[in-house]
Amino acid sequence: MQNAIDHIVCGAAICKFYTDETLFTVIEFQHVNKWYGSLHVLRDIQLKIERGEVVVVCGPSGSGKSTLIRCINRLEPIQSGEILVDGRQLSDPRLDLRALRTEIGFVFQQFNLYPHMTALHNITLAPMKVKGLARAEAEKFALALLERVGMQDKAGAYPANLSGGQQQRVAIARALAMQPKIMLFDEPTSALDPEMINEVLEVMTNLAKEGMTMAVVTHEMGFARQVAHRVIFMDEGQLIEQESPETFFKAPKSPRTKLFLSKILSH
Amino acid sequence: MDFSVIANNFSFLISQGLLGFGKFTGGTLRLAIPAIILGFILGIFIGLGRLARSGWVRVPATAYVEFFRGVPLVMVIFWFWFVIPVLLGVPLPEYTVALAAFVVFEAAYLGEIIRAGIQSVPRGQVEAATATGLTSVQTMRHIILPQALKNMIPALVTQFIVLFKDTSLASIIGYVDLTKAAQIVNNREIRPFELYLFIAMVYWLCTYGMSRYARYLERRLSHA
Repeated sequence: MQNAIDHIVCGAAICKFYTDETLFTVIEFQHVNKWYGSLHVLRDIQLKIERGEVVVVCGPSGSGKSTLIRCINRLEPIQSGEILVDGRQLSDPRLDLRALRTEIGFVFQQFNLYPHMTALHNITLAPMKVKGLARAEAEKFALALLERVGMQDKAGAYPANLSGGQQQRVAIARALAMQPKIMLFDEPTSALDPEMINEVLEVMTNLAKEGMTMAVVTHEMGFARQVAHRVIFMDEGQLIEQESPETFFKAPKSPRTKLFLSKILSH
Repeated sequence: MDFSVIANNFSFLISQGLLGFGKFTGGTLRLAIPAIILGFILGIFIGLGRLARSGWVRVPATAYVEFFRGVPLVMVIFWFWFVIPVLLGVPLPEYTVALAAFVVFEAAYLGEIIRAGIQSVPRGQVEAATATGLTSVQTMRHIILPQALKNMIPALVTQFIVLFKDTSLASIIGYVDLTKAAQIVNNREIRPFELYLFIAMVYWLCTYGMSRYARYLERRLSHA
């Protein structure tokens, strides 16, 4: 018992040390611009995300919010500016992009589970092939992850036999299997039936409580209010506003943010 | 109708014509099975080449498909029979000519089926694999090809059946396949109805077996 208390006190001290003394930027956008042909989808984005921070990105569709987070692990290339992840420049030709990607978990709107593999195999593939883990070890860890997302009974199920919410929880476990430092979520609940949204948000909330650095594109304003440290509003490729949730919802500065919030919160 | 002609020549028709054991170079299966396997392997390279980012790979692969799809199979067989030996300065045996012609010709068709199959796998699958740090070769091997192959099965089997039946064209260079074997027997016995009915049945049994196996494979691979 005493040990446990020591641990907690010690943990708090470390936490204090980090938050007070050395705020550590894990993701940084420096004047980032991106075009799709002639369409300017990201306009001079400047943004910093600190270690342990949960950032929610919202905005109307087509505002560039998905593109924004897809640039972080270079699923999308940028045309100008610089993105730094853990201090490493994404444009550096010597960067080991594959190694960097293993440090960034990504959760997709459409889950993108591998349909020809069981839930368990979906999770063990990358640890075995990329990290070279033995099957037994990878499966043990995968089962622990499945338990963490409440899916331990479905290890042997194929994605087609799982509900949307279950698939997305497996997809989160798959992303966690590489033990990432950062988790990115691209509208993780947008493809789900309403009754399944909460089971996914619950997993994400727990992850946030454990101190994971998270960037979440979502329209779930309840999640933003309760879990986010910061809410970012984007429109037409621009970063319009970034505030704490309290300020964001109560006193947004920009008229565009006010208009957006009035549309999504009115009913 | 007198089917004793089949019974009397059964071993010639089957072991020489179908299987390829006998005094003549021949055998439908002896040609079709390696042609399917080698054609499929070459087809994978052609199909992947068609999707390559580099023009140095993509353009030749595309040219290959457009060229061989645009000429008749008989002509390809004739080239290998008459033209290639002149260029090489050595005559080529019937079996080599027939096999090479089928592999080269079929790879163009199979390459297109494989390309379409690979393109049928949703982009999100590649993104998911990429995001977890898999290399492009690992992604191809573990994510794309298994799903693509399943999608390709119906088209592939159709092409394999076409190839199997087209092996009868090898008889034009003296290759004694099932059709040629029946022809040889018929020249002696003059029993065309019985003989051609019999070999039609043999062809049909083989191709029906292929399509049943394909259906089984498709069902086994589906997890929906």
